[in-house]
Amino acid sequence: MSNTRKTQLAFATIGVLLLIIGFAQSWNVSLGILNLCLISAVMALGVNMQWGYAGLLNVGVMGFAALGGVSAVLVSQAPVVEAWNASWGRMLVAAICFAGTVAAAVFTYRKLASGRNRNLALTLVILVGLALTRIFLDPAISSIEAIEPAKTGFLGGMGLPIILSWIFGGVVAAGIAWCIGKVALGLRADYLAIATLGISEIIIAVLKNEDWLTRGVKNVTGLSRPVPYEIDLQTSPWFIDLMGWWHGSVLDGLATDARQQALKQFVIDGSSIFVKLCYTGLFAAVLLIVLWLSVRALNSPWGRMMRAIRDNEVAAGAMGKDVTRRHLEIFVIGSAVIGVAGAMLTTLDGQFTPTSYQPLRFTFLIWVMVIVGGSGNNMGSVLGGFLIWLVWIEAEPVGVWLMEVGTGWLDESNALRLHLIENAQHMRLFFMGLVLLLVLRFSPGGILPEVVRKR
Amino acid sequence: MEALTDLVSALVLILNFIVVPGLSYGSQLALGALGITLVFGILRFANFAHGDTMAFGTMITILVTWWLQAQGVSLGPLPTALLALPIGILFTVLLLVITDKTVYRYYRHHKAVPVTFMIASMGVMFMTNGIVRFVIGPNDQRFLDGERFIVRARDFKAMTGLSEGLSIKVSQGLTIVIAIVLVALLFWFLQKTRTGKAMRAYSDNEDLALLSGVDPDRVVLVTWIITAILATIAGTLYGLDKSFKPFTYLQLLLPMFAAAIVGGIGNPIGAILGGYVIAFSEVMVTYAYKKVFIYLLPQSLEPEGLLQLLSTDYKFAVSFVILVLVLLVRPTGILRGKVL
Repeated sequence: MSNTRKTQLAFATIGVLLLIIGFAQSWNVSLGILNLCLISAVMALGVNMQWGYAGLLNVGVMGFAALGGVSAVLVSQAPVVEAWNASWGRMLVAAICFAGTVAAAVFTYRKLASGRNRNLALTLVILVGLALTRIFLDPAISSIEAIEPAKTGFLGGMGLPIILSWIFGGVVAAGIAWCIGKVALGLRADYLAIATLGISEIIIAVLKNEDWLTRGVKNVTGLSRPVPYEIDLQTSPWFIDLMGWWHGSVLDGLATDARQQALKQFVIDGSSIFVKLCYTGLFAAVLLIVLWLSVRALNSPWGRMMRAIRDNEVAAGAMGKDVTRRHLEIFVIGSAVIGVAGAMLTTLDGQFTPTSYQPLRFTFLIWVMVIVGGSGNNMGSVLGGFLIWLVWIEAEPVGVWLMEVGTGWLDESNALRLHLIENAQHMRLFFMGLVLLLVLRFSPGGILPEVVRKR
Repeated sequence: MEALTDLVSALVLILNFIVVPGLSYGSQLALGALGITLVFGILRFANFAHGDTMAFGTMITILVTWWLQAQGVSLGPLPTALLALPIGILFTVLLLVITDKTVYRYYRHHKAVPVTFMIASMGVMFMTNGIVRFVIGPNDQRFLDGERFIVRARDFKAMTGLSEGLSIKVSQGLTIVIAIVLVALLFWFLQKTRTGKAMRAYSDNEDLALLSGVDPDRVVLVTWIITAILATIAGTLYGLDKSFKPFTYLQLLLPMFAAAIVGGIGNPIGAILGGYVIAFSEVMVTYAYKKVFIYLLPQSLEPEGLLQLLSTDYKFAVSFVILVLVLLVRPTGILRGKVL
């Protein structure tokens, strides 16, 4: 079967599955899954650029997604004026100290010859610089966190529309990725993997503990939305009219009182579906843009160069390609895409909860998507994002149902039966692993393998 | 006299809050890191599933412990889990041998690149994690019984008349003793037995070892068995010392990787050294030194703040920072790695 046919077939299958969920469970669930599928697909595209195009093993996906998430907070929340007033002077000095430390460290690194002296000098510069920074930062932090800790206790954000954070999140993730890539990309593949895994945990630790910036584990809830609120929709005449027209055939047959009741229910149900549809439109637009750019990039001379570097670094280097620079480039771009997806996810959730970032869900699951979908193939990653997310979500009800049916011969209050049903949801981890291993073993290219064009 | 008492008190503080916890946590990390380093040295890949292997072994041990407790069996002052350990080890050996036969062997025979092994180990990690959560659930489990302390803080104070107490938990003492015995056995095995020598030869130069008649399947099998023993014991000791929670064991993966790499991956002595380096830096960087300095300094110089370098929340981050630094500055680790 050709790849195009396979692609069409695979996406048609997913569409049918979503329709089945829509009819069997509810359209709300179905659209909710679709939205997260779209976000997962964007994230998988980012990982695919790094791994599929360039062979860079980034196991720090979680960190970049979280950076995107925090930028949603920093862009959309209103600034806390009292906190700024109480702390801006010290904050400024602390920022200057920090910048000075970084500059001095870079200067020391460049000016001294490598060896023990340089390491000692670097350590000294960094320790002194950080101590200086903390002298100013610590009181600033306590003054910020003292202001209404139950409600704010942080600096707040910029008070801009949250949709801008999708761009901002990409920029932040790209900036941090540049710093990480600058130091870590020289490492061998498996060391790079462990290093990025560690760095992502550091990022999460910082987001959890720097309350003045992110409110830490107190979470930021009630983020603004790029789409209307259900409650506003339910009171706007145009929406009520729209629902009346949509369900016209049902409503016409009813008496006035019953009609009012039925219409009210339709409006309530419709509003949440309408909101989800708005999100779907926005996310789909982002996915299409990213996908279009990825396809163009992969098929451009730049993409060819990337693949050449991936397949044989030494040969590409000998042909005059700057391997280190290209690696840094793709690492930054891929991370930016992950950051965008992270910001979209936080926007959809409407809240930022640092504790929800767990490596299994945010790093390894995305990897399963890329490997299963087909590394090196953009459509494959999108498909992987859709398919794996669908399985991940639906494995829970299906698992519970299977357990209920499987243990039906046991007594209702049987301890074993209750235990199995209660823990059935965890079997989805098992199935994810199984799927990954099966694909890796029997179809290492994934469902849609990379297309190698021969001339 | 006053000065001497103060000095001793400061030492006791350091002993109680840094040395004892550091030693026991370090021993747990070292045992875990030994498993990672062995797999890296012999099979040549970074095993992401190791944390979950530990969780699996500990889970079996806990289940057997509960069964023994229900039967009324106990070891007196020692935790019953020690009796259950052999069965935990047995099941973990089975798990690892089965994963090797079904997953890793294929890639070994096809001479796959290390990255493929690593991704496969992610799959194994998912599956093991799923099994553990399915069987025992995602929540905290405690299974410690018997005596809790070797030395109680209160008794220590009464005995010495100092105002600072020293407490050593049974689990901490056990951890250190068992770790020493295990490591001694491991080194004896690697240095003196035929199989151990074959393993070292295989790790050093695979082709040469094969030419000399080393049976690769046997080497690999023995490696997995040793890894299972180390992982189960390390996991059980950690669970006895703190508590058992599947997610924590997944998180332990990183400090263990850090320990193995910091010491020099593939080098068992390095793994042990790395374990202690990581553990002690975690404990030392997050300890508030205020009280120590109150004892040591004259009253006029008494410190104001807590004198804590980093808040305790960054405990885990410390190991990652060390890991990243070592990877960047000296990727081979403190002791040059890559040879058993």
